Amino acid sequence: MARDRSPAALVGAATDDAFEITFDGRPVTALPGQSVAAALWAAGILAWRRTRVGGRPRGAFCGIGQCYDCLATVNGRPNRRACLLPARPGDTVTTQEGHGHAELGV
Amino acid sequence: MPNSASDAPGSGTGDGAECGPEYDLAVIGAGPAGLAGAVAASELGLSVALLDASGQPGGQYYRHPSPALGATRPEALHHNWPAFADLLRRLAATEVSHLAGHHVWTVVPAADAAGAWDVHAVTGADGDGDRPVRVRARAVLLATGAYERQLPFSGWTLPGVMGAGGAQAMLKSGLVLPGRRVVVAGSGPLLLAVAASLAAAGARVPAVVEASDYLGYARRPGALLSQPDKLVEAAVHGAALLRHRVRLRTRSAVTQVHGSDRVEAVTVSRLDRRWRPVRGSGRRIACEALAVGHGLVPQLELAVGLGCTTRRTVDGTQALALGALQETSVSGVWAAGETGGVGGVQLALTEGELAGLAIAARLRGRAVAGENRRVRELRRRRARLRAFADAMAAVHAPGPGWPQWLDDATEVCRCEEVTAGRIREAVADYGARDARTVKLLTRAGMGWCQGRMCGAAVACLAAPAQAAQPEPPPERRPLAVPLRLGALAALNEPDSPGAAGAGLGPTD
Repeated sequence: MARDRSPAALVGAATDDAFEITFDGRPVTALPGQSVAAALWAAGILAWRRTRVGGRPRGAFCGIGQCYDCLATVNGRPNRRACLLPARPGDTVTTQEGHGHAELGV
Repeated sequence: MPNSASDAPGSGTGDGAECGPEYDLAVIGAGPAGLAGAVAASELGLSVALLDASGQPGGQYYRHPSPALGATRPEALHHNWPAFADLLRRLAATEVSHLAGHHVWTVVPAADAAGAWDVHAVTGADGDGDRPVRVRARAVLLATGAYERQLPFSGWTLPGVMGAGGAQAMLKSGLVLPGRRVVVAGSGPLLLAVAASLAAAGARVPAVVEASDYLGYARRPGALLSQPDKLVEAAVHGAALLRHRVRLRTRSAVTQVHGSDRVEAVTVSRLDRRWRPVRGSGRRIACEALAVGHGLVPQLELAVGLGCTTRRTVDGTQALALGALQETSVSGVWAAGETGGVGGVQLALTEGELAGLAIAARLRGRAVAGENRRVRELRRRRARLRAFADAMAAVHAPGPGWPQWLDDATEVCRCEEVTAGRIREAVADYGARDARTVKLLTRAGMGWCQGRMCGAAVACLAAPAQAAQPEPPPERRPLAVPLRLGALAALNEPDSPGAAGAGLGPTD
């Protein structure tokens, strides 16, 4: 009993329309209605940003869009809040380095 | 119930920002307080716009999975779900325009209409949409809720450390856990609810670590006994924790997180009465994640931007000073729920309804106090719930000794990566005596979150040592959410306070 307890089982979720996104090139399964952060958590991924000063790994912290620790580059666009952004089929999520604008040279 | 700006009549008259129609009332926030206020006002005949950043109503308390996840029992993760279901039913029967995915960044008096307000919002899931919106209304109800208060400790920036409410939010909306073994720590009644829901969803919770002592409640029997349903709720959580064999460690705190790229374990230390860690008391607990929080902070940017008066709460945060019928010090602007002081869902529902009734009476030129039985009942309930909330806040307020668990290398400001050592240097060597001066000297609080995560800690570290509880400044953030310059430019109203007064960046 304890072994198969899960959030989905608890709320009786029927989630059979899974789709794929990628994180740093590797495939990750997401469910419709999940945020990008939730899909990454479900795959055991807790970090998708490296800080500007120390290059330290970060992921979701406040979970409600207030802390900006979960910023990721999604489909080439940096500084998206992964905890608010719904995952869409085919999304490419990449680890955001620093302020996310390195390729712009500014 | 129309549910987007474009469904509403008269939208799209262009001054750049897409301009909605004029409403009697704009409610900002679709959590318990905002929903109760919007429904009450609409049922009394007002035209109401309900703006909310999320894609679905409920706020943080009633956060629930998107319909796409097909949850058949979303109530399994909630208390008081029937109250929410009832509000949703009533909302659907009204003409309230629910503007989901609208991040309000400022509210200003309308430049060309006396007594009216302009509510400016950006759209999209994380506010990154391209369509700025302006909603004009004769009255505003601020129901913007709260976010978590965080006190830093060594290793709290490591992936796997989450806000306690954040972990619960991710669970409620995304049906995910940060790990299989999760320690819950901090202070406040939310911890018990978080631990109970994580355990019910399959996580192993080796410990709930509470910095205060529940014996504190025994010293306030009056407020406790006036709220039997709160005692029942506490008993339900307590029973759930027993069932899942969760240990409650009071007067203790997580003082260190271990791991290089993610959480592997935490050290839990005993605290003395002033929340100073007891030397040599550290015990290591292996875990994959830590959910931590020290109570809630009212979210006041929009109110402070309007000049609303604030007051200091029992546990040292700032909340709005409100009149007997929920009006702020700015005539025509009301507030309800956590913005007036953190007090929980029952208080939010009570205050939201009270505000809705009061606004309807005001806009129709009628008096409401005194003769209205429902208003009298709501005011009595509010007084009881506020007394209980204050008693609870006093028990869980941070003790003055907590900064002693910070070493100089501990990061305090997560965004700008400013350590406790640099903040102490600003205080000791450069004479900083308040959070604002520390910010100017070190950049603590100057990053993306604008001090929402580190503000409470920086205020404590900056305060003179003899101040037991520093006075935190009201949160002055001219822009309540990040904004593209394009959204400002699209306003195309050079003379309006919205364009001129908002400033162009987080320079405060």
